[in-house]
Amino acid sequence: MRAREHTDQEFEQELRHLREQLLLMGSHVEAIIGSSLRALVERDSELAQRTIEADRIVDRLEIEIDGLCLQILARRQPVASDLRFVTMVLKAVTDLERMGDLGVNISERVLELNSELPLKPYVDLPRMADETQMMLREALDAFVAKDADRARRVIDRDQMIDDLYAQIFRELLTYMMEEAKNVYRATRLQSIAKYLERIADHATNLAEMVVFMVKGSDIRHPDSRDQNEKN
Amino acid sequence: MKRPASRVGSPPAPPTGASGRTTHPARPALRAPSSPAADHRGRFGEAERSERGGGGRWGAEGRSEPSQGSHHSSRLGDVALALGTGLAVALVLLIVVVILGDVVYNGAAHMTLGFLTQAPRDGMTAGGIFPAIFGTVALVVLMTLAVLPAGVATAIYLSEYANPGSRFTRLVRVAVNNLAGVPSIVFGLFGLGFFVQFVGAGIDRALYGGQRVFGQPALVWAALTMSVLTLPVVIVATEEALSAVPRELRLASAALGASRLQTIVRVVLPQALPGILTGAILAISRGAGEVAPILFTGVAYYLPKLPRSLHDQFMQLGYHVYVLSTQSPDVDATRPILYATVLVLLLLTFALNATAVVVRSRMRRRLAGANS
Amino acid sequence: MNGDSNLGAAISLSVRDLVVSYGDKRAMGPVTMEIEQKRVTALIGPSGCGKSTFLRSLNRMNDLVLGCRVEGDVRLDGQAIYGPGVDPVEVRRRVGMVFQKSNPFPKTIFDNVAYGLRIGGMRDRAEITGRVERALGRAALWNEVKDRLGESALGLSGGQQQRLCIARALAVEPEVLLMDEPASALDPIATAHIEELIHELVRDYTVVIVTHNMQQAARVSDYTAFFYMGDLVEFATTDAIFTHPSQSRTEDYVTGRFG
Repeated sequence: MRAREHTDQEFEQELRHLREQLLLMGSHVEAIIGSSLRALVERDSELAQRTIEADRIVDRLEIEIDGLCLQILARRQPVASDLRFVTMVLKAVTDLERMGDLGVNISERVLELNSELPLKPYVDLPRMADETQMMLREALDAFVAKDADRARRVIDRDQMIDDLYAQIFRELLTYMMEEAKNVYRATRLQSIAKYLERIADHATNLAEMVVFMVKGSDIRHPDSRDQNEKN
Repeated sequence: MKRPASRVGSPPAPPTGASGRTTHPARPALRAPSSPAADHRGRFGEAERSERGGGGRWGAEGRSEPSQGSHHSSRLGDVALALGTGLAVALVLLIVVVILGDVVYNGAAHMTLGFLTQAPRDGMTAGGIFPAIFGTVALVVLMTLAVLPAGVATAIYLSEYANPGSRFTRLVRVAVNNLAGVPSIVFGLFGLGFFVQFVGAGIDRALYGGQRVFGQPALVWAALTMSVLTLPVVIVATEEALSAVPRELRLASAALGASRLQTIVRVVLPQALPGILTGAILAISRGAGEVAPILFTGVAYYLPKLPRSLHDQFMQLGYHVYVLSTQSPDVDATRPILYATVLVLLLLTFALNATAVVVRSRMRRRLAGANS
Repeated sequence: MNGDSNLGAAISLSVRDLVVSYGDKRAMGPVTMEIEQKRVTALIGPSGCGKSTFLRSLNRMNDLVLGCRVEGDVRLDGQAIYGPGVDPVEVRRRVGMVFQKSNPFPKTIFDNVAYGLRIGGMRDRAEITGRVERALGRAALWNEVKDRLGESALGLSGGQQQRLCIARALAVEPEVLLMDEPASALDPIATAHIEELIHELVRDYTVVIVTHNMQQAARVSDYTAFFYMGDLVEFATTDAIFTHPSQSRTEDYVTGRFG
């Protein structure tokens, strides 16, 4: 792979800094997902509250990274791989920020759930969360390493998340149909599952961006592109 | 965001006046000798500059700390150079003034209109020098007509067509250079042997049935001999003028679909014209003054009539001076005539030069366009 | 490396196995490339990569360089320009050239633009005047000089002089216009004028431009060819070269990873 550095060392530094900040943001989001699920399992409302506040760092990082990208675009006029990298980072932080917000949403549901007794032992949700966290981590690593194969593996895992969600949903449905008293807690749990599923979707987006960035070909929205090509 | 280093202690500070400077030991040492600064002011007219940094034209002086000694010696050198060159100029001017002065003093009175328009009488002790003037002008005109086309064409060949590395080109250049070094008397002998006795006699045999028309010293042979003498000058000056034309213009012309000839005629030659004229001026100056080449090829001491055709002989100012000063029966009577002739010769040369210079500078101005 | 242009698009200049050498030293090639009609093709690459040498081969200006040998085939609209019996002067009338440093003749503005017409034998004063006016108009210079056609061309500003040289080249109505770094000696505003001019010109002429300014190549051209050390490394649409080039050397050059 390309081990060559830019002749302009300052530019090289700026790109490195950008990568570091992106990874930092990713690790914060990962932590939010992890701690919100821990707050659920351990019924720790304080942790949930702290998690909600932790999202502020994520928002701040989004603004900072946006600024860095703009600066590089204006001053360096990047082209080819550099251009693809910077524009994808711009898009990636949007997804990451949404993931952070979804983590906050999870924590909010956790706070609501903690006011009542747990409906059932939590098995699938933590599994889903672990899987989602791993997808995020892998997507970001693929981003920084410019590894399209790694990214594709993330994309493939999304199906599993969807299946998990469907399974959880069916299970919660039976709980709700059994007894009206379960509805409150079941809907909250279903929301949490939905949030996790959407977090996974965002991680998949990141992976698709990696493929575009590395290959230069857009693999997003395959259905709409086929339509256009036919025309 | 880094803030710039503070003013105090940073040398390249813009000149702001004395206040911030007193911490620097270097500055006062430079500003102490106020008279050199005053000299600088006079010479370079930058009064305000010398106040601010003592630098005058060279700002670096404001930064270093030269010792008093080296400062003095460099100034001494400047003064010595100015004096030396001034003396040289004065010497040259002095010589010119002395020569001219002597000639003008002794000859101006005799240079009347009659002198200029009459023929000589009484064995050169009276009368005018009109035939000599006429002959000189005719000679120079014919010489120029012969040398310019040949010289310019050769130079064009060398500059535009010849392959710089080829043996033939090098041969031509060697020939031209050698020609420039030949003594002028040798040209005279060449003219006699080749033009008069070979070409001239051949023409006589072919066209005049042996009668002696061209096979003797004549205006045309003298002019051709002079043109061979001045050929190297014209070639070199023309070649320099041609090579001074920027290559980009030739490329632009070629890119528009011009043949080489078209480029030369329409772009290169017009721009080289001032330089070519320089060559012509140099040739003319030599032509008006050289006597040795025409000794055997056409000049005469005394002719009752002006030359009417190319095969006639002619009188010439330079030769006339020689004759007057060496073969006069009455030295005292001829002295004023002699001086006046020299004066006329000088004036003629100056006039020829001046005309060419004026024409050249006008051409240069026209070429430079509306830049001003 | 072969260039792939749009199949079916009209080709103006077709180059096959072109090699240019000075003595025994190969300066450029072999290069095979097709230049599409009425499009801007940019040639980029570091100094000494052969792009200017390539450009000069397209109008046989390399013939004027001592010791230069050109091998291979270049066809203008199907006709070989290096064929036996082909007059380079004719080629240069159909393929015009504008140089890096503007080089107007020290003549009047009118005479500069009319030069190409006159050496081509045009005598009719009215026709010459018409062509001069049209050429100056096409070069976006007419309004600025229409009242001073009799003044010296050297009195114009740098940007105006360059546009004058463009008008001079356009007056003979070539099919192709070659431009060797036409704006490198100009300030940004004058450069912008030239680039705008190129956008206009390409409606009627095929333009091939050599530039060392990559942003300019990106702004101005439809196709870009990247030369390196005498070889054509990659030839593709400008979009491709600057967003996802296929050769790593191209990638390194455009992103500034060279040297």
